[in-house]
Amino acid sequence: MIEILFFFLSALAVFSAIMVLVSKNPVHSVLWLIAVFFAISGHYVLLNAQFLAIVNLIVYAGAIMVLFLFVIMLMNLNTETEPQKHIWMKLAGVISGGCFLMMLISLVRQAVEMGGRKAMMAEGDIGLIKNLGKMLFSEYVVPFEITSILFLSAMVGAVVIGKKH
Amino acid sequence: MTLLAIDWILLIEKLILIAIIVFASLGIALYTTFAERKVAAILQDRPGPNRAGPFGLLQPFADGLKLIMKEEVIPNTANKFLFVLGPGLAMTAALMTCAVIPWSSQVHLFNRTIDLQVADINIGILYVFGVVSMGVYGIMIGGWASNNKFSLMAALRGASQAISYELAMGLSLIAVLMISGSLSLKTIVDQQMAPGHLWNVAYQPLGFLIFFICALAECNRTPFDLPEAENELNFGYHQEYSSMKLGFYLFSEYVNMIMSSAIMASLFFGGFDIPFLDESTLAPNLAAGLGVLALLVKIAIFIFVFMWIRWTVPRFRYDQLMNLGWKKMIPLALVNMLITGAVILWLQGK
Repeated sequence: MIEILFFFLSALAVFSAIMVLVSKNPVHSVLWLIAVFFAISGHYVLLNAQFLAIVNLIVYAGAIMVLFLFVIMLMNLNTETEPQKHIWMKLAGVISGGCFLMMLISLVRQAVEMGGRKAMMAEGDIGLIKNLGKMLFSEYVVPFEITSILFLSAMVGAVVIGKKH
Repeated sequence: MTLLAIDWILLIEKLILIAIIVFASLGIALYTTFAERKVAAILQDRPGPNRAGPFGLLQPFADGLKLIMKEEVIPNTANKFLFVLGPGLAMTAALMTCAVIPWSSQVHLFNRTIDLQVADINIGILYVFGVVSMGVYGIMIGGWASNNKFSLMAALRGASQAISYELAMGLSLIAVLMISGSLSLKTIVDQQMAPGHLWNVAYQPLGFLIFFICALAECNRTPFDLPEAENELNFGYHQEYSSMKLGFYLFSEYVNMIMSSAIMASLFFGGFDIPFLDESTLAPNLAAGLGVLALLVKIAIFIFVFMWIRWTVPRFRYDQLMNLGWKKMIPLALVNMLITGAVILWLQGK
């Protein structure tokens, strides 16, 4: 049952990700990206990380993508106004992207600690909110606090930019 | 086949439960529209709908039939697929919330113990937030796909309003979670039912007030119904919609109202708890039945308050709405959170 779900979600994620790139209309791209987030959240649930799954949905699909959609709708981008790049530019992009993919694949294949490892399905309870909270506030408290300072500075920066003068 | 080793009886049980809850919610929403008109009539000192059936009780069916029989118009310049998807998404998001609401305790039927809750997940209340934040897409997609300036303006208004008030809602909720120490709605309700423990509203009056105001804004109810401000935006984000697609939009607002009332009742008013009564002295099935009734009564009271506010308070201006959300609600919720944390620390240290 879990395997069927895994393959279904993976296929959905890959298909939606391709549709993000292929769609001509930016609004469609954003909507497909939301589908990708849903599929990834499904994977988190399979890994027994319910908190991560729902936070991924609330923050990315629920807030960030809404703002994204906002901007795109207001700018009224469509196929006619989309900037057309030269064919050589596209070709260069494809080649460099392909090189990067090959490098990633070879890295992952050769990495020692990846050898013979499998993802644990529906096991471990670190992803449950209670354990995650305890972990964050005991073992990883310094990185956690540093991250929060980073967020705070980002917020202050946004307010400064948003002010008129 | 071992691959499909599912507890079939559990699956059927859950499916029946889902069907009952969804149809019950839709049925209640149907009569909420009727109640809205009647409450408006009472507040404005007029009889209200009273032609269809005794006391006008068949009015919602007449309205529904009218909406279905109307001609379905899809504008030429609209994005067809998204235009149809919009109302569907709005309705789905509205109904999905009911999965984690504990409707009552357990019933014993056919030698099985059945929880009257579709899923008791340990992130219950966050799930509700996730679904609520999805609800924005119904409005946004519908408004954009209509290819109409007024619809788009209304959709953007609706989305920014929902995002702004979600923040304050989440912050006010944290204070409740600090007291209960659990995200599961079932656990939160059970704690409030325990003897010697008052309802959460007694510990969190300010938190409840913030939550209630934000719920009004999330449901697009007056005084926060700017996405449908008809004197500025004609009709709002569903301007181009007709027939049952319009019906879905209007209906999902009522379903949202029921669900947010149920959430508020569960979080702050003891859920299916009957005040001044120890449920454990009753037979379990009777207690469960009475519990459902108690929750429904609480929901009805909340819905009445929603309507009462709608027909009493005028609409905010847009800048007032944003000021209230960002400059009053969020700081207030933060202060509430700080006070709650300080009191909890003080009580632990004592």
